[in-house]
Amino acid sequence: MIEIRVHGRGGQGSVTAAELLGFAAHSDGKYAQAFPSFGSERMGAPVQAFVRISDKPIRIRSQVYKPNYVIVQDPTLLEVSNVLDGLQENGLLLINSKKKATELGINTKARVKTIPAMEIALKVIGRPIMNTTLLGAFAAATGEISLEGIRKAIQHKFPGSVGEKNIAAVLKAFDFIKKESV
Amino acid sequence: MSTTFIEGSIAVAKTVAVSRPHVISAYPITPQTHIVEHLSELVANGELKSEFVNVESEHSAASVVLGSSATGARTYTATTSQGFLLMIEVLFNIAGMRLPVVMTCVNRAVSAPINIWNDQQDSMTARDSGWIQLYAEDNQEASDMHLQAFKIAENKDIMLPVMVCMDGFVLTHSFDPVELISQEQVDKFLPPFKPEYYLTPKNPLTFGTLVGPDGYMETRYFIEKTMHASLQVISDVAADFHNQFGRFQGGLIDTYKVEDASLVLVAMGSIIGTIKDIVDELRAKGQKVGVLKVRSYRPFPKDEIYKALNHVKEIAVLEKAVSLGYGGILVNEIKSVFYGKPKTPKINGFILGLGGRDITVDTIHQTIKETVKASSEEKFIGLNEALIGGK
Repeated sequence: MIEIRVHGRGGQGSVTAAELLGFAAHSDGKYAQAFPSFGSERMGAPVQAFVRISDKPIRIRSQVYKPNYVIVQDPTLLEVSNVLDGLQENGLLLINSKKKATELGINTKARVKTIPAMEIALKVIGRPIMNTTLLGAFAAATGEISLEGIRKAIQHKFPGSVGEKNIAAVLKAFDFIKKESV
Repeated sequence: MSTTFIEGSIAVAKTVAVSRPHVISAYPITPQTHIVEHLSELVANGELKSEFVNVESEHSAASVVLGSSATGARTYTATTSQGFLLMIEVLFNIAGMRLPVVMTCVNRAVSAPINIWNDQQDSMTARDSGWIQLYAEDNQEASDMHLQAFKIAENKDIMLPVMVCMDGFVLTHSFDPVELISQEQVDKFLPPFKPEYYLTPKNPLTFGTLVGPDGYMETRYFIEKTMHASLQVISDVAADFHNQFGRFQGGLIDTYKVEDASLVLVAMGSIIGTIKDIVDELRAKGQKVGVLKVRSYRPFPKDEIYKALNHVKEIAVLEKAVSLGYGGILVNEIKSVFYGKPKTPKINGFILGLGGRDITVDTIHQTIKETVKASSEEKFIGLNEALIGGK
């Protein structure tokens, strides 16, 4: 089983990102569970959402404490939240940032990757909502979910042209990470 | 098996919708909101032919389903926490009038202090109301349980309301794979509601009238008797469901690796899943541990629990509610199961997860360690020592 924690601010679609990740894994034929950090979320306040993906049915219902992957939607959270909390050493921290990972000065043994998701989202979707873009980067960096799974998840959640734009952003982010890895 | 990746609340709403309720009435309150929002959308879109009655409070919502159920309509409501408490007066009336209303109690803590998160204190306050109370382990069960609930409630020999209890947020706001039930399947499982007695101008009757000392006690006697009769009906309906849908999540109880266990954890609701993982982990290390899920809390299945646990040496009861001034509620009912029996296991009680305090794997390990170590006792587990000034 792998566990993912998404950090964002209220209104950035962190819970939706978790839902889409779970949906994608489910359509890839895996078991999945996605849930928010339960609370009274307010616009702009730090929020978290969680995903579990497994080959077996998922029974555990506690929050995620030792994530394999952490996705950070908003780089300003690096200063106010401990996004590294519990992150496994062989895991990955994926951050929406224009900066290079090495420029962020993050002290962790885990891999750190950055993606200018905000810029991609603004250019491709036309709105500053980078959750779906980050999913493309996540798929490229980890291989835990397929592009086809993300496509299905987005089409299910956002049918029509909104979904298509989001899928275009996903592909762009996927390519960005892939090219970087070469 | 084809599953849909869906939020627990929406899965429940969809199952309620295909159960063909004539009347739905509810007042939105976190974390029940998504269920009733989705139902009202289905009604507004014309996908569900049902009367959705908007009301100004939960007391009114309960009154609406009471009145409409008395006219012979299949009715549904949902609430949680403070809304549930506001309904309580009417809940006793619904049971007393023998109306087979189905409600979802999304389990949440009660005020004060205000807390919107999960525990099971709300539904536990109505355990003596005459409602059948079922507790769901996961979203598949929560969804399926609603269909079973209508069938149990409307059974001619039962005619009592049924409350499906599902943990707020932990289940309602979690996305999981759920096999949804189609209209065709439901129509095969759940016959139309045709009560023997209902309000109609053609045959005037009175429900819930004044009954003096000469007759009141008998009404209680009959509800109690029916509760005992419902033990069989709940098992039968779970078996029918198993036959038709191929899914069985337990009847009155469910057990996991209890047969040869020396220590068994007993609990209700979504905590069961986490416990099962721990049971497997400890079994792999050779520890004979199991878990018993109380699925039907009212009626309380004493005989089934005794049968399942009479060989066990140690029991840990984990519960998300407390009878202030007495202690654990479920633990004392489990203890009473063994009263007068030849052998009594050591029974420890743990109150945990109140007001949304996360129940971690460590929390549950701790209850097992304490049970093995200590003599029979009851305590809060997972307290923040900094907040209570040390031990």
